[in-house]
Amino acid sequence: MSVKESLSSVWRVALTALPMIVGILLLVSLLNPVFQKYYPSVFSGSYFWDPLLGALAGSIAFGIPVTSYIVGGELLQKGVSLVAITAFILAWATVGLAMLPIEINFFGKKFAFLRNGLNFINSIIIAVLTVMILNLL
Amino acid sequence: MSEKKISVAWKFLSAVGLIYGLVLVFNQELALEAWGDFVATLGRVLPMVGIVFGLMFFVNLFLKQATIKKHLGRDSGIKGWIYTVIGSIFVVGPPYVLMPMLSELRNQGMKTSLTAVFLSNRSVQPVYLPVMASYFGWKYTLLVSFFIISFSILSGLIVSRMIKD
Repeated sequence: MSVKESLSSVWRVALTALPMIVGILLLVSLLNPVFQKYYPSVFSGSYFWDPLLGALAGSIAFGIPVTSYIVGGELLQKGVSLVAITAFILAWATVGLAMLPIEINFFGKKFAFLRNGLNFINSIIIAVLTVMILNLL
Repeated sequence: MSEKKISVAWKFLSAVGLIYGLVLVFNQELALEAWGDFVATLGRVLPMVGIVFGLMFFVNLFLKQATIKKHLGRDSGIKGWIYTVIGSIFVVGPPYVLMPMLSELRNQGMKTSLTAVFLSNRSVQPVYLPVMASYFGWKYTLLVSFFIISFSILSGLIVSRMIKD
């Protein structure tokens, strides 16, 4: 590609990506304070419910991974189980309900739902496996 | 990028703007708190967006479609998977910032399954791992990173079965 063609291609992508990114950040900023205060009260220590709820919470809230470690660290100090926090951290970075519109726009519905669904299940399995193995070590 | 996709993006932003307007009317405190959080997040994200667009410009300029197809395309084999896992670990940024770049690479021949691997590996990034270790310990960090990489490959394999390139 020539410089002009490459610039034009990036510009076309920016016209779609920028409003999507701004819209998603606005939506997440609005949803996060609403859900955050409920996180510590819903976890019980169960190996079934905790990772499921952790993954659900992580799917709603998202951002750069490092933020989820900080939130996860704070939740751990408040008594939330490690299995829930692990699922929360993993879903935070790889599953995004608010991110779905941009993913559908770029890759199509089938890919977006399949990838998010797989990552949601993976978050739960990885959380259980990690904590079980850590307990054995 | 089609006109339809551009139009959907602006409609989405308008809809979110409308929701903000409604929240502002009914709960001004929440709307202002959310707006402050949005401005702070945008300030952190914009430099990354700039870097990703810069990267896209250079990928378009210097990488030929045939090269991308060779290394990440249908016939890339195990090499394509290895390149994607390494790339996903070292390219820093949240998925929504990286999606435009991945979409561009896909338009130029990258396999769908490798796109899934890339997006599933967002938690394993060397710059963030010390922070994770400081909260949860190195044993936890290494174990969870191993599982994330393994399961991202599994996700890619499932996607390759379900969605044909």
